[in-house]
Amino acid sequence: MEKEIKEITHVTIRFAGDSGDGMQLTGNIFGDTTALAGNDLSTLPDYPSEIRAPAGTLYGVSGFQLHFGSQEIYTPGDQPDVLVAMNPAALKVNLKDLYPGAIIIVNSDAFDQKNLQLAGFESNPLEDGSLSQFQVISVPITTLTLNGLERMGLSMKEMTRCKNFFVLGLTYWMFDRPMESTIKWIHEKFAKNPKIAEANEKALKAGYFFGDTAEIFTMRFSVKPAKLEPGIYRNVMGNEALALGFVAASKKAGIPLFQGSYPITPASEILHQLSALRNYDVITFQAEDEIAGICTAIGASFAGGLGITTTSGPGFSLKSEAMGLAVMAELPIVICDIQRAGPSTGMPTKTEQGDLLQAMFGRNGEAPIPIIAPKSPADCFNAAYEASRIAIKYMTPVIVMSEGYIAQGSEPWKIPDPDSLPPIEVKFAKPEEYQDQKFQPYLRNELNVRPWAIPGTPGLEHRIGGLEKRHITGEVTSDPLNHEFMVKLRDEKIQKIADDIPLQDVYGDPEGDLLVLSWGGTFGAIRDAVNRVRDKGYKVSQAHLFYLNPMPKNLGEILHSFKKILIPELNLGQLAFIIRAKYLVPVYQLNKIQGLPFRSSEIEKKIYELLGVN
Amino acid sequence: MTTTTPEVKYTPKDFQSDQDVRWCPGCGDYSILAQVQRTLPLLNIKKEDYVFVSGIGCSSRFPYYVDLYGFHGIHGRAPAIATGIKLVNPKLSVWVTAGDGDLLSIGGNHFIHACRKNIDLKILLFNNRIYGLTKGQYSPTSELNKVTKSSPYGTVDYPFNPVALAIGTEATFVARSMDRDPKHLQEMILRAGQHKGLAFIEIYQNCNIFNDGAFLHLTEKEYKPENVVYLKHGEPLIFGKENDKGIRMDGMTPVVVSLKDGKWSKDDLLVHDEFNSDPAYASMLAHMNEKPGLPTPVGVFRQIFKPTYDEMLYDQIRKVKEKKGEGDLRKLFFDATTWEIK
Repeated sequence: MEKEIKEITHVTIRFAGDSGDGMQLTGNIFGDTTALAGNDLSTLPDYPSEIRAPAGTLYGVSGFQLHFGSQEIYTPGDQPDVLVAMNPAALKVNLKDLYPGAIIIVNSDAFDQKNLQLAGFESNPLEDGSLSQFQVISVPITTLTLNGLERMGLSMKEMTRCKNFFVLGLTYWMFDRPMESTIKWIHEKFAKNPKIAEANEKALKAGYFFGDTAEIFTMRFSVKPAKLEPGIYRNVMGNEALALGFVAASKKAGIPLFQGSYPITPASEILHQLSALRNYDVITFQAEDEIAGICTAIGASFAGGLGITTTSGPGFSLKSEAMGLAVMAELPIVICDIQRAGPSTGMPTKTEQGDLLQAMFGRNGEAPIPIIAPKSPADCFNAAYEASRIAIKYMTPVIVMSEGYIAQGSEPWKIPDPDSLPPIEVKFAKPEEYQDQKFQPYLRNELNVRPWAIPGTPGLEHRIGGLEKRHITGEVTSDPLNHEFMVKLRDEKIQKIADDIPLQDVYGDPEGDLLVLSWGGTFGAIRDAVNRVRDKGYKVSQAHLFYLNPMPKNLGEILHSFKKILIPELNLGQLAFIIRAKYLVPVYQLNKIQGLPFRSSEIEKKIYELLGVN
Repeated sequence: MTTTTPEVKYTPKDFQSDQDVRWCPGCGDYSILAQVQRTLPLLNIKKEDYVFVSGIGCSSRFPYYVDLYGFHGIHGRAPAIATGIKLVNPKLSVWVTAGDGDLLSIGGNHFIHACRKNIDLKILLFNNRIYGLTKGQYSPTSELNKVTKSSPYGTVDYPFNPVALAIGTEATFVARSMDRDPKHLQEMILRAGQHKGLAFIEIYQNCNIFNDGAFLHLTEKEYKPENVVYLKHGEPLIFGKENDKGIRMDGMTPVVVSLKDGKWSKDDLLVHDEFNSDPAYASMLAHMNEKPGLPTPVGVFRQIFKPTYDEMLYDQIRKVKEKKGEGDLRKLFFDATTWEIK
């Protein structure tokens, strides 16, 4: 039977199964193949905190969502068009996200009494008609995988584990993806175990050919390549892009990169990435705790390295005092907070934007720190690089606010030419600059920046620390006027960075009925929503902040050019709080605190509400 | 050990800063400062290659008073700050000065891990068994039942034995000395400075304001001979006003014996072996003074040699470079499946 191929502009697919079913791997490989096919894409894993939760349970379900298309893709997709459910629990957990008419591919072998019971189904949904509003494709995936691998001499366990490749093959057929790159990958990955490699290849092909020959699939889809900017691309995860950005910054600056970090979800991948790069003069130090993480970074910076520390909310709180020390000592370090749902331990694997006010104000005394927030996985590279540049140029700690959502998500990254990256100049103080005069550790340049004199440099011995310093000499003092002067000077130094960053751009018209102001990982969902509303002719624009402290100089002017301002955030309104206080403008809020990213439909609905359109 | 061979011979004056020393008159810290300034010229290290790091407390003012690179950090974190400095530039000689509250209470975690990892730091513990800067609360080394401002009915806290703790972490150099014994303290500082790996010295230091006389029975000449035994490598443990007492091992237990009554001779005594790699031996010495009637040992309890963290780290960097070549950004960026959009 000749099967129809329907051309679509974009599609969202979600793979879901037990945390041991290999759904993350399946999703990642599907993503690589899709990228190679020239589509734009965005991915988001959703996995439980439990490493290996009991099989078949609801809390053991691991998911991976992928949105790809022939147009620009800004988010991992609101709702899946296709759900692959490897067991009843995966179906149960994800059913609420499906719209009527969505396609569900299920592994019917897994729908036995025990699994149905574990998932809390009273009767088998494949048989009781409860799924009648969806297009259900029921495939005995386990059986078909095992049949294909007979007589290979593999154990039952080894054969069963190949079933994710069967699923991958099936979806390749369904979305008209080529198998070559995956076959190559399988043989590289399992080079030491050719039998397993062969089995996975067989399973992949079996899935593909099953789609082709079985009568149950009536439709195939094709998604044409996207029109992306010309260049060479690769996929990056947000945390991976941060690591790349820091290595690039340290190489451009010509100083070693030092990372002091303590493992924490969802930031640990940065430590994994960087610890593999010893030949790039990257020193990673897995510290005894979060405080040691930042304190070793501060020491590293004092000694002439680019010190960084990476963490998530709970660790970010623990680092507060040391951030104040870095402010006082005026040393360049970068602190990455990969935000997760809080407070306290909260929901470690779930996303949130709840730490903005902590980053702005969460230290004793007046301790201003520049803040940068990437908008997407690939943008994490820019954030790490720019944070390092500012830290070094202004001798200050800088905070990068990422989120679980973009840290774990991935998208294509146009690989930059290392030579075209902006320069990062390091000027260590030299003895010859201070002949016959005493070195003054707090004598500032025209940007109010103090010199960086590193141990090992003869004649420039000096002491710094957390106590208030006298202007210029750096001597310890409690002189009241000096303190006030120094507090203002440190603040002014940070505010002046606004002269060194680009003006805020506005997507859409420079004035209009509504401005959607955003920061961080909500960018994509908002951009999608704004595009849809603009397509209908409404005067709605978006301004997305990369620099949160100091803010671009023209932001006030922009805010006053719109009748209404909407700030959607994954918190109770922290940016809204700052904008109201700073610019004295009324703002509308849209807040979601569910550990989940926005859907663009939620933004769209709020925009219409504010426009008075029903 | 770091050697960077200065071209000039330094004198103690070279290590004095222009800052007024602001400890209370009579504080034991003055002696420690003087012994450090007297000893540093003897180490084969350029002035600019020393870094002194401290936390918070009276003793943490130390870096201001030596004319060297210094970092006055935050409470308890000196070992962590020092670790970052050492790992970025391993040729530096990095010293930590800390009090008992700083190092063993709020900074206890950093201390034990720096020891465990054998990071090449020199840690000087100024142990006065009290919180001085905050004006007289008990510390983690204050003795049980001690009456202080925060323990008017006496503490119900068992104290740490800092030397035993350091040995428990398997620190590679562990010693004890006293502010009132300048010569011995200088010797210990010199030995620590020469040691390759983490070196820890517990220094009994008198706080004459909040805990005056805490170590009187160990430091003053009328009591000292009966209460202190000097550990010397290869020599028997002998003490007493007339050198008439010794330590003998009764099974696993050290006991005091008289050398006067003819029953025991020097040959029966415990002979100190500071290079004994079994921590049980050093630990036995560390706990000795907790038993009634036994003297407090001072000197080097243990010195062993094993690769330092910084050494292994840079060795690993060298090996990875040999294997993979010097890191190249372009290579790193393209180290993934790539595709071209035309």
